[in-house]
Amino acid sequence: MNLTLRIWRQSGPDDKGRMVTYQVEDVSPDMSFLEMLDVLNERLILDGDEPVAFDHDCREGICGMCGLMINGDAHGPQRGTTACQLHMRQFKDGETIDIEPWRARAFPVIKDLVVNRSAFDKIIAAGGYVTAPTGSAPEAHATPVAKANADAAFESAACIGCGACVAACPNGSGMLFTAAKITQLSLLPQGQPERYTRVIGMVDAHDEAGFGGCTNAGECTAVCPKGIPLNTIGRLNRDYLAATAKRGDTPGS
Amino acid sequence: MAVTGILLALFLIVHMLGNLKIFTGETSFDHYAHWLRSIGTPLLPETWYLWIQRAVLTGAVVAHIVAATVLALRARAARPVKYAHRKKVQGSYAARTMRWGGVIILLFVIYHILDLTTGHLNPQGDPANPYGNVVADFAPERWYVTAFYTLAIVTLGFHLRHGAFSAFRSLGQQTPKGERRARTAALVFAVALCAGYLLVPFAVLTGLVA
Repeated sequence: MNLTLRIWRQSGPDDKGRMVTYQVEDVSPDMSFLEMLDVLNERLILDGDEPVAFDHDCREGICGMCGLMINGDAHGPQRGTTACQLHMRQFKDGETIDIEPWRARAFPVIKDLVVNRSAFDKIIAAGGYVTAPTGSAPEAHATPVAKANADAAFESAACIGCGACVAACPNGSGMLFTAAKITQLSLLPQGQPERYTRVIGMVDAHDEAGFGGCTNAGECTAVCPKGIPLNTIGRLNRDYLAATAKRGDTPGS
Repeated sequence: MAVTGILLALFLIVHMLGNLKIFTGETSFDHYAHWLRSIGTPLLPETWYLWIQRAVLTGAVVAHIVAATVLALRARAARPVKYAHRKKVQGSYAARTMRWGGVIILLFVIYHILDLTTGHLNPQGDPANPYGNVVADFAPERWYVTAFYTLAIVTLGFHLRHGAFSAFRSLGQQTPKGERRARTAALVFAVALCAGYLLVPFAVLTGLVA
């Protein structure tokens, strides 16, 4: 396959950045998208040019490091797939492919296609944990969990924090990520003690980080490589309403 | 957004049912229109209830717009650099058109009040004869009025389709099964309301109401 790539190049956080066009030849349809970028980078290095910086780690779709806006699709055209697991057979010979970094104020570009997603860490630090001493694995029947709750919590726990939800959201909102973390913990008994302080803390951290507000547009769940469902946001909303109704300064409320 | 939206949607239902009284004839419709001015009497003086309702609705509209503006400004601030290649809608078309749809609906509401409430833009504009005002308004030679009404009502339908679902979600709808129900209910509600509102101008246009 021969492809024309239009890639966002930005030498650093202060550079203005621009789309640069590259030609790549002899791309195998069996290559992953990142391998195709590796081929381009090897050639750029041989030519003495700066290679394209992009994030990647496990390359098997579970670490959440890779994330590219490919032709306006977060993680590319294939649903439920991270960019590293996307293969070039999804594209046509001679196609022009636009590759951009995630665009959000909370995710500033570090270089080229690499963005700083530490805003997600701040949301997690604001409540995405349990204070119950977990230690070694407890006896399985010590704390019964209803099957439906375990399944829904697991579904949310599949979130890899890649940031595709923010990238696709017309409002630049990180609510699907936040809701996945809230749902995962609020459905399990271990998450109950901090359930209502967690939701307030994490939503506040989300807003402070500069993410936009959620309007239930549903673009996030369409691109989520782990298929986190939109109804997790409803779970977050319900916890948030319950948390604001409870008065921390009034005993027994 | 959700609370003010629900308030406005409840008004839309009542307003639509009131409109449909036009099919019961001129006397009945005009009587209904005059009755609206005397709701609450003798507890309240004449037209007081109507003004209370207008104040509440205006408050809801203003609060709805303020909330939408805050969301829109936050959205703009949250993405300072735009995408060079932006994908077409993958989620919901109705959701992506809420803001401009809302602006169209606001312009329509202003026109609509000047047309059929105050009568300034109505060819007849007789406060004593609302039936005649409606018939004169949607006369076949004023097809462009009907066309604008249709555009506005269809826009309203899209707005309600996403708005109703989103309101349920904002108020805590949280299960996948409930989401399917909420989406279906929102769609049925939007279509029913559109149909109810469009019946009147098209009945006048086709001569069913004259």
